[in-house]
Amino acid sequence: MDNVVDDVMVKEGVDQETVDAVREVGGAYKYGWETEIEMEYAPKGLNTDIVKLISDKNEEPEWMLEWRLAAYERWLQKKEPKWAMVDYPEIDFQDQYYYARPKSMEVKPKSLDEVDPKLLETYAKLGIPLKEQMLLAGVEGAEETTGAPRKVAVDAVFDSVSVGTTFKDELAKAGVIFCSISEAIKDHPELVKKYLGSVVPVSDNYYATLNSAVFSDGSFVYVPPGVRCPMELSTYFRINAENTGQFERTLIIADKGSYVSYLEGCTAPQRDIAQLHAAVVEIIIEEDAEVKYSTVQNWYPGDENGKGGIYNFVTKRADCRGDRAKVMWTQVETGSAVTWKYPSCILRGDDSQGEFYSIAIANNMQQADTGTKMIHLGKNTKSRIVSKGISAGKAQNTYRGLVSMHPKAKSSRNYTQCDSLLIGDKCGAHTVPYIEVKNNSSRVEHEATTSKVDDDQMFYCRSRGMDEEEAVALVVNGFCKDVLQALPMEFAMEAQQLVAISLEGSVG
Amino acid sequence: MAAPAEKQNTTEARIAALDLPKGGWSDAARTEALTRLRVMGLPERRDEYWKFTRPDALTSVDVPTAAVLGTKEAPVFSEMDALRIVFNDGVFDAEASDDLAMAHVQISRLADSSSDIHWAAGLYGQLEANGQAPVARPLATLNTAFATDGVLIQVVGQAPKPISLVYNHLNKASEAILHHVIKLDPGAKLTVLEAGPAAARLNKVMEIDVADGAAFHHVRAQGRDHERCAATHIFARLGQESVFKSFTLTANGRLTRNECVIELTGDDAIAHVAGACVGDGDFHHDDTVFVTHDALRCESRQVFKKVLRNGAIGVFQGKILVKAGAQKTDGYQISQSLLLDDDSQFLAKPELEIYADDVVCSHGSTSGAIDEEALFYLRSRGVPAPTATNLLTLAFLAEAVEEIEDENLRAALVDQLEGWLERHRS
Repeated sequence: MDNVVDDVMVKEGVDQETVDAVREVGGAYKYGWETEIEMEYAPKGLNTDIVKLISDKNEEPEWMLEWRLAAYERWLQKKEPKWAMVDYPEIDFQDQYYYARPKSMEVKPKSLDEVDPKLLETYAKLGIPLKEQMLLAGVEGAEETTGAPRKVAVDAVFDSVSVGTTFKDELAKAGVIFCSISEAIKDHPELVKKYLGSVVPVSDNYYATLNSAVFSDGSFVYVPPGVRCPMELSTYFRINAENTGQFERTLIIADKGSYVSYLEGCTAPQRDIAQLHAAVVEIIIEEDAEVKYSTVQNWYPGDENGKGGIYNFVTKRADCRGDRAKVMWTQVETGSAVTWKYPSCILRGDDSQGEFYSIAIANNMQQADTGTKMIHLGKNTKSRIVSKGISAGKAQNTYRGLVSMHPKAKSSRNYTQCDSLLIGDKCGAHTVPYIEVKNNSSRVEHEATTSKVDDDQMFYCRSRGMDEEEAVALVVNGFCKDVLQALPMEFAMEAQQLVAISLEGSVG
Repeated sequence: MAAPAEKQNTTEARIAALDLPKGGWSDAARTEALTRLRVMGLPERRDEYWKFTRPDALTSVDVPTAAVLGTKEAPVFSEMDALRIVFNDGVFDAEASDDLAMAHVQISRLADSSSDIHWAAGLYGQLEANGQAPVARPLATLNTAFATDGVLIQVVGQAPKPISLVYNHLNKASEAILHHVIKLDPGAKLTVLEAGPAAARLNKVMEIDVADGAAFHHVRAQGRDHERCAATHIFARLGQESVFKSFTLTANGRLTRNECVIELTGDDAIAHVAGACVGDGDFHHDDTVFVTHDALRCESRQVFKKVLRNGAIGVFQGKILVKAGAQKTDGYQISQSLLLDDDSQFLAKPELEIYADDVVCSHGSTSGAIDEEALFYLRSRGVPAPTATNLLTLAFLAEAVEEIEDENLRAALVDQLEGWLERHRS
């Protein structure tokens, strides 16, 4: 693949290492291969029969089917949102498959040993071996300094079904439920009934409503009170089938005083026709609990002329229901032809906290419209938004966000920093923040200049003899690295390359 | 695409209640504007561009009444040496106005349609029409169609003194629709002052064409009437190395929407827009600014400060659009609010849209209460709390007020602000 970054005159002040890193990321897509496997499809198109069929395939109880059908009815009345700064051809929702599963998954394998070797191979090739005794392949830092192997439980979703989940038994010993959502609907209906749709209501938005009607699989996590999840949990989403949309649903519940770190990775084959991905992620965080949710989004971005790629229309929201609940979203967005994604935090409990760290890189013809919403409802709630957007080639990258301080969210704080970097003169970088402050004891700060880094850090750097610019660069880059190093590297080696990225020469 | 039925109804009702002025050089522009207005329809709450401000009072057929502020004090700028042009409830007052003759400046009135003013015919409604993309500003289009009066100013050299537009509000149910067109020829210089509420409801458009090397300064104070409503638009086009600086002080007013649309079309041009507003109680103030950089090495600044209390609402929607090729742009935008109590609100959307890579653009937006530590410091030095609060409030507003270059004008507005704070002590 040609790379547009190569021919670009880089403006003064933009770090060469950054340009190289962006070039690497925008280079040949490494996961564009396809697994040749016999598949079983639902008929093309969307109607109540398809909704029933998906429910039937997942052997769902009646209440779940009713929930889906109600969602489908709502979806028919809704209009596709057009406000994002993205431009793509009209999607024909009837020209898609809504369900595709490997034939070998018809009878659900009882253990990972029974899973079709072709599927296991697929994940091995992606660097995600579904064997508990094996360490994740080729991963630096997989062994922590203690020398003990770092365990990561994986739920592997292939097109419309979950292939398998590792470390289930070990997690069960700690009381943690980690399984596919289809299993959870059967095995833990009381939990699913209580929480599903409670953070992202069925009619929240066009894509979430669609997802509510047709979601086929996804992951379910429940961490009981006081439990610190003994290992990181992850889901790896792989789209393989052609003309097939993936609609996964993730539900994470962190009960009082619990902690869990969850990671998500995603890739898809290289195809000329764009594919739809509309996921919903709901997170419930009770009193004193904490959830870290990290994403390395690396869907096929389409080619340099904008042909093919994934349309990634995702609704992710965390509800800090209890006091002192805490959520942290970290996302590294490098893939997808079109991204429409705003992982959000509802800070309902007093003293609850939400954080959003995002690095979005758009190259070639990619379009990304992403950001977050921080809805402050409780007293003394805190939120922090740090967004780094990088555009290269002919890409458009938009940060869109909302910070809302309700009248009752007394003494709350928000700090927002959005930096954008353009590499080349054919791309665009945009910032669309909404700020709503309805009480005066809260402070909201939206900054978009690199000079506004932490004064103490600056003072320290300056006292060591650095000039101001060096100090700012160090602090900002140091921050970027912090985010990336906090990210589990299992899913995308690209993330490590991103460490070289600097936001020097950025614009607000 | 035609507007939805409900919107069309509101729009048609409003159009039906107005008379389209006829006869003269502006006819074509007015008819054309009316056609455009029918297509876009008047704004309503559901429009994204009116997300934070309810436009009903600005679009209703009936004018919301506004009590006239009875005050004996001399209006702001009345001490300044300026050429005064007075409008009472939007009607020109020849007696109170100065003679319209001044060196290097040609002044005529929109309502005087007898003469054929070629330069104005080519501008009237033109900058307004250009300013309709990418966001519609239907109230300005309505103005182009129905404006009853305004001044047409052509400046060919350096104006010897400012032109001061005085807008008196005399009748509690009055409405004024005023449209000014100002053209500065290359190298020309002019300062325009505006003062007063103008009417119970004001719809005002000012189109300003600033040619290469010309400089335009604008300072306005929107009066102190509590219940008045106003929708104002400035459309400015800037040529090479030209300068445009505008400052607005708003104290009181039930509803104000000040839009400022600036296009930097010539290289090395400079545009500064600033505003300070102070509101107590029934006060909704909206600054909506859209700056387009379409040339090399231009500089733009937006500085807006709001002091709000007793449920007052401040809105800022600001945008810097840097078009492809507008390299070396220097864009700056700051919007800040000081909420003096828990009932007031600040709603903001500070936007950037950038298509050029070698630019510096930054924006900031903050909201919060008065700094307790600073207050404590002043009180520990023996400054009484209300005085300390006023001092800190003035200090907060200073960055915006300092955008006014002329010292005398700046002092006049600081006086106004001090007076307001004194009257609205906590």
